[in-house]
Amino acid sequence: MDAEITLRVDGADQPVTVDTRTTVLDALRERLGNTSPKKGCDHGQCGACTVLVDGRRVLSCLMLAVAADGAEVTTAAGLANGDLHPVQRAFIDHDGFQCGYCTPGQICSAVGVLEESDGELSRAEVAERMSGNLCRCGAYPGIVAAVEQAAGEQR
Amino acid sequence: MKPFAYQAPTTASDAVRQVADDPDAVFLGGGTNLVDHLKLGVARPGALVDVTSLTSAEITERDGGLLIGAGVRNSDLAADPRVRERYPLVAQALLSGASGQLRNMATTGGNPLQRTRCVYFQDVTTPCNKREPGSGCSAIGGYTRYHAILGASEHCVATHPSDLAVALTALDATVHLLGPDGERTVAFGQLHRLPGDRPDKDTVLDHGDLITAIGLPDLPMARRSTYRKVRDRASYAFALVSVAAAVDLDGDAIRDTRIAFGGVAHKPWCATRAEDALRGQTAGVDAFRAAAEAELADAAPLEGIDGGNAFKIPLLTRTLVAVLRELTGVNR
Amino acid sequence: MTGLLEPKAIGTDLRRRDGALKVTGAARYAYEAPVDNAAYAHPVQATIGRGRVTSVDTAAAEALDGVIAVLTHENAERLASTEDAELAVLQSGDVAFRGQVIALVVAETSETARHAADLVTVHYDEQEHDCVLDPDGELYKPDKVNPAFETDTAVGDVAGAMASADVTVEQTYTTAMYHNNPLEPHATTALWQPAGDGGDLTLWDSTQGVHPARSTVAEVFGLAEDQVRVVCPYVGGGFGSKGTPHAHVILAAAAARAVPGRPVKLALTRPQMFALAGYRTPTIQRMQLAANRDGVLSAIAIDVVEQTSRIKEFAEQTGVPTRTMYRAPNRRTTHRLAALDVPVPSWMRAPGECPGMFGPEVAMDELAEALGIDPVELRIRNEPEVDPDTGHPFSSRNLVACLREGAARFGWDERDPRPGVRLRDGWLIGTGVASSVYPVHQMPQSTATIRCEDGRYVVEIGAADLGTGTWTTLAQIAADALAVPVADVQVCIGDTAYPMASVAGGSSGMITWGSAVVEAAHAFREKFGDDPADGDEAEGSVSENPMAERYAMYAFGAQFAEAHVNADTGEIRVPRLLGVFAAGRIVNPRTARSQFQGGMTMGLSMALHETSVMDPRFGHVVNHDLAEYHVATNADVADLQAHWLDEHDDKVNPMGVKGIGEIGIVGTAAAVANAVHHATGVRVRDLPITLDKLLPHLP
Repeated sequence: MDAEITLRVDGADQPVTVDTRTTVLDALRERLGNTSPKKGCDHGQCGACTVLVDGRRVLSCLMLAVAADGAEVTTAAGLANGDLHPVQRAFIDHDGFQCGYCTPGQICSAVGVLEESDGELSRAEVAERMSGNLCRCGAYPGIVAAVEQAAGEQR
Repeated sequence: MKPFAYQAPTTASDAVRQVADDPDAVFLGGGTNLVDHLKLGVARPGALVDVTSLTSAEITERDGGLLIGAGVRNSDLAADPRVRERYPLVAQALLSGASGQLRNMATTGGNPLQRTRCVYFQDVTTPCNKREPGSGCSAIGGYTRYHAILGASEHCVATHPSDLAVALTALDATVHLLGPDGERTVAFGQLHRLPGDRPDKDTVLDHGDLITAIGLPDLPMARRSTYRKVRDRASYAFALVSVAAAVDLDGDAIRDTRIAFGGVAHKPWCATRAEDALRGQTAGVDAFRAAAEAELADAAPLEGIDGGNAFKIPLLTRTLVAVLRELTGVNR
Repeated sequence: MTGLLEPKAIGTDLRRRDGALKVTGAARYAYEAPVDNAAYAHPVQATIGRGRVTSVDTAAAEALDGVIAVLTHENAERLASTEDAELAVLQSGDVAFRGQVIALVVAETSETARHAADLVTVHYDEQEHDCVLDPDGELYKPDKVNPAFETDTAVGDVAGAMASADVTVEQTYTTAMYHNNPLEPHATTALWQPAGDGGDLTLWDSTQGVHPARSTVAEVFGLAEDQVRVVCPYVGGGFGSKGTPHAHVILAAAAARAVPGRPVKLALTRPQMFALAGYRTPTIQRMQLAANRDGVLSAIAIDVVEQTSRIKEFAEQTGVPTRTMYRAPNRRTTHRLAALDVPVPSWMRAPGECPGMFGPEVAMDELAEALGIDPVELRIRNEPEVDPDTGHPFSSRNLVACLREGAARFGWDERDPRPGVRLRDGWLIGTGVASSVYPVHQMPQSTATIRCEDGRYVVEIGAADLGTGTWTTLAQIAADALAVPVADVQVCIGDTAYPMASVAGGSSGMITWGSAVVEAAHAFREKFGDDPADGDEAEGSVSENPMAERYAMYAFGAQFAEAHVNADTGEIRVPRLLGVFAAGRIVNPRTARSQFQGGMTMGLSMALHETSVMDPRFGHVVNHDLAEYHVATNADVADLQAHWLDEHDDKVNPMGVKGIGEIGIVGTAAAVANAVHHATGVRVRDLPITLDKLLPHLP
């Protein structure tokens, strides 16, 4: 069953026809050509599909597009507005990725973590809050260092 | 995934009516469990009725306790200063579950209704009485690490996966429901059921019953409470066992206590025998161990391809003792 | 070999060239190939462990709006070659393991394809299956073990040495079944031009080697190699599972042939990957060590039992590292396989070395404890002067230096050897050590071209970057080989349109492709001098290294772990993990550190978390997703450090590099197991080390 919806993706309104079964992730990747968020497990178990919806980090693979009509979706592509976002620069500085597949999700999650935290985060706290984003390459030390750097710049 | 209709009514009572009138319709909340199950073929509804914006997303004072709207997201509930101060076990349970992203999506009303993580339940190619009544239980004699040691039946040995529900069981919270016949309340401890010969039914809710809010009681001892989750990796994993507990101390005597277990039964396990054994006792490791043993006297571990889950008996005993030590300040 | 390249760009801590593309998600992976009007394919898997499909009812699926085709063994095209049984998809109704593909739906949308796959009804003639690896069951001796090692080796008299030794260790160790689980699911986008347009096939495939993938696909379909193009600029992790094409690549191509001119996308779901994308066999390792009171080994032996699938053999070389690690006059290694009704095992990061350094390195710890000798010292006392296996000298061997450097950095000297005596804040604390080793592999073929364009140097080679840093590090090598700034070098990889490159496997990438690039650079300078014109182009290929016949070439390392075990619950944490490696010259410290740390993290994950639970009643891995198959999360990793020694080896290749992709995972699990023993006094010989194995022994 099809539905007409509009997603505001990375600042631009995107009308799109979706199947009621289509997730926000598949709407972005297979219908709107935005392949920045990745599909690692399709079941909310890896975090690769993380995007910001109305400013909060969520898993786009578990969100039905039809239920997200009108939502403001920000992907890692949209975080880079001309220049890279400070979190993106920090990931490059600390080599917080290897294969790059989990990376857009890590970036969106990190931006969400910084948004959610009201005080200084310990290393362990950063690691815990980023644990919903699996990295099979094992870039965790770089990821934590990147989030700490970005947090420092934000303060 | 089978096609389905999507409906977005504007009031909760319309939503209840739409689901109640259609045996093939289900509520869509945060979606973190339902969308997963749609993809797996575990859930095959004909219609989704979206209730995400139809119940309250507020936490309000009520009768000395708190009333939490069903639409409150898990992350917002965990971050609420009143919850953190007056019911720390609730915040801890929430933060020990899932991931930051999932907690931003999952709702207070939906979280307690998530279904078991039993690998056979989630795999439509293997028999499962919960998914397909009468087909058999593959978990018996199978992969048992995350399965029950209490209250299971020959039909089902699954466990309930919610951490929040364990905390709410310990607190004796109240479930506020809107059904086709109007509003009613159910004690949280009565919400979930044991499998018996109807493992397909997780709860006492009828089709069309919608959780609209959860009430936390005025319970001063909850300020001295904790939630301890033991799992196979440091984060982002379901509980092998968990303990939610609150203690009311009079000097070193236990005046009252609330205890619930997770990861060991088809429902969050209200440890009334352990509570009874502890009331009036002097806090001490022996008393704690005796309480755990009283609660686990009827535990029936499973045999399985993974060596079985008998380890959960000593694990839960030791975890309860450690939790009570921490809450009462007793040394090892 | 005449000296090493003078390092200027080599050794520089450059950021990844593909960094901006990856942090924004602009780097496109196989499923994301920029094609129009794609169709989507979804496989249907067998739900029996062994038998025959007797009928497939596709009517309901075909009746669905948007379904283009349903391929089954009854209507799928006959493949030109069915020699590789894993790739002979839809050629017969035989079912060799649960989860094997028995049909494929092609549809207009991914939702429809998946729904239609659910509607395909299959009937079977089911036979009894056997999925249990039993060391006392039916076993056979493979002709060779991966890739071409002798199956068994024996020198002297191990039994005699065991009988006469002062101290012996005789124990059995097991490693679990593991799945590679790269974050990017195995995926292929396939496009077959209509016959009128040449009938060529293009595959955007997630692969560790575009050219090897092309050869395989061309053979299976009976095409000339130049009729197939494989494109893969970015790989979302592979760790071996994308080293060879699996069934889905053939399926995607077959589906695309059914809709000529239209691209077809096929991505395996995460559960499907547990049956269709390879895995590491479980291993059973019977170890024997014999030593005198000084800790000098008189015998070392490992007898390995592991599994393969009944339809295709993969024999993991688990016993091979024992042939090289320590000196002992009496030695034996053997491999025996059980052929079971299981999915086809394959490469996973350091096949052989990774599982094969668990048993031996825990056994060495047990021997050290029995002798009262420090485990670092015990290893040093058994350091061989020449390779015990071949008798050749080592081109360089710095295991001892790694052990000493690691011990100093870790604070090993202050260690109290007594197990189970340190309790702090409710946690039992211990430390452990193990050695790492990985051979220097150079593949026989790879070619690079270098061309001058607008004053810059364009290097083309069909190499792969699976996160390994190739985009950046090959530029560094080319820059030094050409003696130009690295900014003047552009690298083009990941496409069969470029010259032939070998697979990214066996840590051979930089060694092999780098050698080809150096040869091309030399040829270029020889031909065109230092002032080339636009369009000047030269080619170079890797050639056999004569030193490889005369020297044993290995990278070595030492890993130190600190384990904390909760005295109440048995929960295990590893707050510190430190590795020191001697792996030749390091091309890029930033990306190299990530490689070492990544290997160590996967080793930590293997030690504590990972196990694929095969349910023998059904014949499939039941924890087949990322919620139940645990890989380490961010919170499982704390202070994890990788260091290396400056190692100068002019025998291995002109860059002096040894390959670093795999050694990081080798030995980690043993170091953790040894640390857990030191913390608790409990010797866990079966991975993973989980709390239930410790609970009965806790205070």
